[in-house]
Amino acid sequence: MLEFLKQPWPWYIAGPLVGLTVPALLILGNKNFGISANLRHACAACLPANISFFKYDWKKEIWNMFFVVGILIGGVIAFSFLANPNPIIINENLRTELASYGITNINGMLPQEIFSWENLFTIKGFLMMVVGGFMIGFGSRYAGGCTSGHAISGLSNLQLPSLIATCCFFIGGLFMANIILPIILSL
Amino acid sequence: MKNIDKNIDFETRSLDTVCINESHLEHKWYHNIKYLIVGLLFGIIFIKAEIISWYRIQEMFRFQSFHMYGVIGSAVIVGVISVFMIKKLNIKTIYAEKIEFHDKKFNKGQIIGGLIFGLGWAITGACPGPIFAQIGTGVTVMIVTLFFAIVGTWVYGYFRDKLPH
Repeated sequence: MLEFLKQPWPWYIAGPLVGLTVPALLILGNKNFGISANLRHACAACLPANISFFKYDWKKEIWNMFFVVGILIGGVIAFSFLANPNPIIINENLRTELASYGITNINGMLPQEIFSWENLFTIKGFLMMVVGGFMIGFGSRYAGGCTSGHAISGLSNLQLPSLIATCCFFIGGLFMANIILPIILSL
Repeated sequence: MKNIDKNIDFETRSLDTVCINESHLEHKWYHNIKYLIVGLLFGIIFIKAEIISWYRIQEMFRFQSFHMYGVIGSAVIVGVISVFMIKKLNIKTIYAEKIEFHDKKFNKGQIIGGLIFGLGWAITGACPGPIFAQIGTGVTVMIVTLFFAIVGTWVYGYFRDKLPH
C-alpha cells in the first residue's frame, strides 16, 4: 500500500480528489474554495493602511488560513514519508530544452539550479522568484481569484467570468513559457 | 465586528466574490481544524500528483503532457457535478445551514489580471495554493515568492481605484 502511495499519482486519481475539495468545503461550512484570498487576508491583517480594499473582518476568513497551513503540512508529510523513490520523469523535449539553459538537475518539484537562496539576487533568480511572485499576487487579486477560485470553484458553478479568467491565465502562461521564459533562462 | 462587516460593500464583493465565507454562524476557533485537515489532504495530492511541479507546469504550457489537463479537467467535471447535486438535492452544511452560491460579475480585471497571473504562474510554476506545498517540500526560498505575492496583492489594493475594471 505504502509503495503504491509513493508512486506519482495519475491525473484520474488526483483530479477528482481536487474537485471534491469544492463540495467538501461547502458542506463543512459554506466555504468557497479559493486560496488567493489568503494573500488579501494577510494584507488586511498586517498592513491594511486605511485602504478600503483591506478594511474588512479578515478574522471571519481565518478558516482559509487553517486551510493553507494544512497544505503546507501536507507538503511536509508527502515529501518526508511518501516521496517518490524514482527519478522524476519529464518530457524529453523539455529535458533537452532545459539542458540547453544549463538545468540538468531535475530532482524535486522545482529546478534547484534556479530556485535557491543563492540565486535570489541574480537577475534570473530575481525575475523568477520576486517578480514572478508579485505577478501571482497582483494578477490573482486583479482577476478576483486564482486557479482554485476561478478555474476550479468558479467553473464548477458554471460562471462565465471564471471561464474568461481561466482562458486568460492560460494565454498568459503560454506566452510566458514559450516566449519570455526562454529568454530569462538564457540570461 | 459588525461595523467592519459593512465595509465589504456590494461593489467590492461583486469584484471579489470568490473565497468568501458564506456562513452566518460563529464557531469556536477549533472548528477550523477540519479545514486544516482538508488542506493537509489537498497538500498531499498536490505533491503526489506533481501538480505543484514546475516541470509539469512547463509541460502543460508547451503541450508536452496531458497530465495537468487531465487533473484540471477531471477536477472541474467533479466540481460541476457536485455543485449541481448540492443545488438539486438542496444539500445543507453539517451545521444544517443552506449552502449559498453567488454569481460572479464580469469586469476587465478578469482579462488583465488573468493575463498577469498567467505570466506569474508559468514563471514560478506556482499558484497561491501550491506555493505553500512547495515551501513544505523544503524549497524555503519560495517564502520570498509568497511574500512578494502578498506585496503584489497589497499594491493591487493600493491602486485598485485607478485600475480599469
